[in-house]
Amino acid sequence: MGKRINRQSVLTLVGVLLVYAIVQGSIFMDILPPFVALTLIQVCIFIILATSLNLINGITGQFSIGHAGFMAIGAYVAAIVVVKFHGPLLLALIAGAVAAAVAGFLIGLPTLRLKGDYLAIATLGFGEIVRIVFLNTSYVGGASGFSVPKTITWTWAFWLTVLSIIIIRNFIKSTHGRACISIRENEIAADVMGINTTKYKIMAFTIGAFFAGLAGGIYANYLYIIQPLTFSFLKSFDILVMVVLGGLGSLTGSVLGAVVMTVVSAALSGWPEWRLVITAVLLIVMMIFRPKGLLGTKEFSLSFLGKKGDKNASSKD
Amino acid sequence: MPLLKIDKLSKSFGGLKAVSNLNVEINDGELIGLIGPNGAGKTTVFNLLTGVYEPTEGSVKFQSKDMRGLKPYQVTQSGMARTFQNIRLFSDLTVIENVKIAYHQRSSYSTLSAFLRLPSYYAGEEEMHRKAMELLKIFNLEDKAEEVAKNLPYGEQRRLEIARALGTEPKLLLLDEPAAGMNPQETHDLMNLIRWIRQQFNLAILLIEHDMSLVMGVCERIYVLDYGMIIAQGTPDEIKSNPKVIEAYLGEEVV
Repeated sequence: MGKRINRQSVLTLVGVLLVYAIVQGSIFMDILPPFVALTLIQVCIFIILATSLNLINGITGQFSIGHAGFMAIGAYVAAIVVVKFHGPLLLALIAGAVAAAVAGFLIGLPTLRLKGDYLAIATLGFGEIVRIVFLNTSYVGGASGFSVPKTITWTWAFWLTVLSIIIIRNFIKSTHGRACISIRENEIAADVMGINTTKYKIMAFTIGAFFAGLAGGIYANYLYIIQPLTFSFLKSFDILVMVVLGGLGSLTGSVLGAVVMTVVSAALSGWPEWRLVITAVLLIVMMIFRPKGLLGTKEFSLSFLGKKGDKNASSKD
Repeated sequence: MPLLKIDKLSKSFGGLKAVSNLNVEINDGELIGLIGPNGAGKTTVFNLLTGVYEPTEGSVKFQSKDMRGLKPYQVTQSGMARTFQNIRLFSDLTVIENVKIAYHQRSSYSTLSAFLRLPSYYAGEEEMHRKAMELLKIFNLEDKAEEVAKNLPYGEQRRLEIARALGTEPKLLLLDEPAAGMNPQETHDLMNLIRWIRQQFNLAILLIEHDMSLVMGVCERIYVLDYGMIIAQGTPDEIKSNPKVIEAYLGEEVV
């Protein structure tokens, strides 16, 4: 409250600019190995996916595992805009995100009446339906995939990621976000406090889908080709693992989870047969020693760097 | 015109008539008690009033408005707030967040200004913070504003639940066994608090209670419910001497 610009936000800004500058500098000087560059973009994509899924699963407490479906819609719509209609990249990304949001809204209406496991199964089914539809649509290449020119640069991916995090964070830290959190905490009490729980569940679902679509658009315009198989339920689980690893309900946790999982997975790419085994072991150990995830529901902050970090800076969400 | 008029309200669960032919009237600013033995249907009445259950028959009129078919959040928005027999706080959130959630329905800024942090976001959040702190001050909880709700002692959790209900700015407050699990001293303090709330916030209160000293001490009128039916109503003194009430509570006299 009160001060709008505090030490925390200045430190975060400096950190963000630093990360951007270092990577951009090494791209400029051509010292960044292509594999690292690919991993960095993937980190960005997964950060957007994980934070947006966290909004649905961790903040609002609605267990959804169909996130790859929304990502697929975003990817294919963005690809269609670019390839078939020769639209500009920004328009393509927005179109993909909006299409995914519309799908999220329409899917949310009936499925969010379900709770717990039932919702999980319904969203899982949705994700698979989306994949199968694209698989059988020859307009977008079917199983062989859909070629898209590579137009996403580090600058695009990085700033879109930052923008996504900021918007999701702003939502969570508002009264609307608190309404979502209250649904997670106690749905009956939230209802009795005058909160339209259905409305806020659908809102969280739609916003989450929007950003998943955005991530899909970035993915499609970076990887040269998109195939339906990429968006299978395994992708949904990857994203879910990142969210759980980082801590359900913690945005910075999702960022951390996305970074850790993507980097570990990339680092182990030399031993493909052991990769999944090692990540699975990592998860089991994690769930034994830190069942609430790396950060729990807390938020990580840089305020400890300053001596007199003000109280608001480190307060939890 | 009474604030709340319950007319021939009935609710059946299959063959069980949980509430039948209930008629209750509450006027502005009244403090009414609803008592009855275990399983008499008291909480069912609350659930019917707040839209958790749909009545089988009869009507509820609140501020002359028909409440039939309204969802719980709509009931709250129209000015009726409740607490629960088993406390239902947002237990992992802080005390002040609990209260802020109650103020949500009166929040003044849109989702868009939340996304973009427009000036109305800051104005809205500041006002909400101010109101929430004021309310906590009234309930002597302002020192614990940043405490996680589940870490509060039991009595304070009760107080917080009442404070949170008042945050929705109701005209009628429904308290479901507020003294449950309290010792006599805490119950005594609660009595004073309830009286004081009624004056301070200018509202009517309907109280479900088992603790006779509390009900007899604060309520102006009492309804007695047994097997889903009103068996007596009147002032505390009338209720105390009513043979039907004594029978319901203690059983028939064996000659």
